Amino acid sequence: MKKEEDFESNLAGEADNDANHPDTAESRERWFRRLRKGITTTTSEKKETPEGLWSKCPECNYICTTTELEESLYVCPKCNYHHRIGSEDYFKIIFDEEQFTALFENIYSKDFLGFTDLKPYQKRLDEIHSKTDLKDSMRVATGNVNGKGLVVAAMDFEFIGGSLGSVMGEKFARAVDYCIEHKLPYLVISKSGGARMMESAFSLMQLAKTSGKLSQLSDAGLPFISLMTDPTFGGISASFGMLGDLNIAEPGALIGFAGPRVIKETIKKDLPPGFQRSEFLLEHGFLDFIVDRKVLKDKLAQLITLFQG
Amino acid sequence: MPQYPNRQFLDFEQPIKTLYEEIDKLKQTAEKSKIDMSEGIKKLEAAIEDKRKEITSHLTPWQRVQLSRHPDRPYTLKYIDKMIDSFLELHGDRNIKDDKAMVGGFGQLDGETVMFIGQQKGINTKLRQLRNFGMANPEGYRKALRLMRLAEKFNKPIVTLIDTPGAFPGLEAEERGQGEAIARNIYEMMRLKVPVICVIIGEGASGGALGIGVGDKILMMENAWYTVISPENCSAILWRSWEKKEVAAEQLKLTAKDMHGFGLVDEIVPEPAGGAHWDYDQAAAILKAHIKKALQEIKQVAPEKRMEDRIEKFSKMGFWDER
Repeated sequence: MKKEEDFESNLAGEADNDANHPDTAESRERWFRRLRKGITTTTSEKKETPEGLWSKCPECNYICTTTELEESLYVCPKCNYHHRIGSEDYFKIIFDEEQFTALFENIYSKDFLGFTDLKPYQKRLDEIHSKTDLKDSMRVATGNVNGKGLVVAAMDFEFIGGSLGSVMGEKFARAVDYCIEHKLPYLVISKSGGARMMESAFSLMQLAKTSGKLSQLSDAGLPFISLMTDPTFGGISASFGMLGDLNIAEPGALIGFAGPRVIKETIKKDLPPGFQRSEFLLEHGFLDFIVDRKVLKDKLAQLITLFQG
Repeated sequence: MPQYPNRQFLDFEQPIKTLYEEIDKLKQTAEKSKIDMSEGIKKLEAAIEDKRKEITSHLTPWQRVQLSRHPDRPYTLKYIDKMIDSFLELHGDRNIKDDKAMVGGFGQLDGETVMFIGQQKGINTKLRQLRNFGMANPEGYRKALRLMRLAEKFNKPIVTLIDTPGAFPGLEAEERGQGEAIARNIYEMMRLKVPVICVIIGEGASGGALGIGVGDKILMMENAWYTVISPENCSAILWRSWEKKEVAAEQLKLTAKDMHGFGLVDEIVPEPAGGAHWDYDQAAAILKAHIKKALQEIKQVAPEKRMEDRIEKFSKMGFWDER
């Protein structure tokens, strides 16, 4: 990683800072615009090129077409860098023939506390709802993986940094109930900066709520797989993120409790290279294995078979 | 508690300091002139009492946060010392080391053996460092869990006293799995077969607090705070400035009254006028009465039901719209 990212700023719900989203669909398109001075081409000589045709890897600068990137499941063909993707992409990758049933889509966040930071929380929510189809930071779906049923809850980082609030807690809880009712294994794909501060203590209590539901899932004898992707922090790692029967992660994902900025400020030292990356967590015994996105589906199918066989 | 002049005063406690200084002056005059000033001194002492009451009657949320961090405020071991007999402190997580920021052990609450666990802050500069300012490392949470398991094995109830500015954000803490340690505690506390009472006695910051904060009854002291992030860090992230901590404290609705109003804590434990730091004995006596009552109530419930109720209690927390 050349650039240090302050993912905490995403928790503030501002999606306007390019530096903080090196790999959203938008910025994948925007790299092409020349921002630096010193361009000598005159306007009359300018050639029009369609936007969004090319994508540059933030890790190795490899340039490929967006179609090529999409075909490689948003993994850099050269250096295996895993771009951040959303719930819809994961559902399509995991479920057979990209077929799945979305669950609990009718639950929306609301500003119960009247929380206002630089903007009222409700206004923030309304703005995101008008810009995207996302209802909140987590979506739940069920479908088949190589013919075997699975419930998947996946986070969307672009919705206030994938933050954990009441809605994520409630969707998580209902997903567990659904798993128990239909005797299905449960996969959660985390991608979050942590708890949603605009919901104050209510967001903190979601750590307890989700952990309590996992206790019920455990009593029902159903497997819970926690897949952590870049980034997974704070309240997620301090609850269900680390409570998987299997804890797995995508390569190179930043995972931890406290963010690198806070740790650096506390210990007043530079952090060692690779600190809080998936490989670091595997080495320290907190992951069962690291899984490439390209083999994710096969690994999941293998897991389900092993648990059931 | 420290007596004047060793007492420390916050900004908004300065009027009380002035009254103490006036008493000092009267005492000196009385000594020099041999005139009886006891009447005047009594009046001033009564004025101090009134001022203590008055100050806590209209505190801003930020002032409550300050009060929860008052340098003279009683910490976990002080309450243990005042509330229970024959306390036996137990150490270590059996893996890495003994975390001094987390203390625990068996003791007797009016003849009944109880496991007490809590974060501990230091009472002077040297001890504050030893206790790591009440910020536990993963081994602290794992020590807490070990002690809870021990209590469960011998069917003893558990009382946790929460007072932390957060779990320690350090390099080794991450290496040893701070997130996993807290997650494990939250999960396992949900499943404990013995009664669990949690009390926020000072600062209740985020996962570091919740890591010993899952129980059948959650009590909160009058001048404690409890929420997802400290007002300072909330200000830094959401307002992008360290200057908005007062506003953040207001917006977070982190006081005992707010938390009780939301149904996130079950009971508020009143403090002596002016705050717990004015009278350790009284503060401990009130807390003890509340803990005993809560234990009595929760012991009536069968262990299996208690566990179900606990999960149900936290499952209800949250707010959303269904469209």
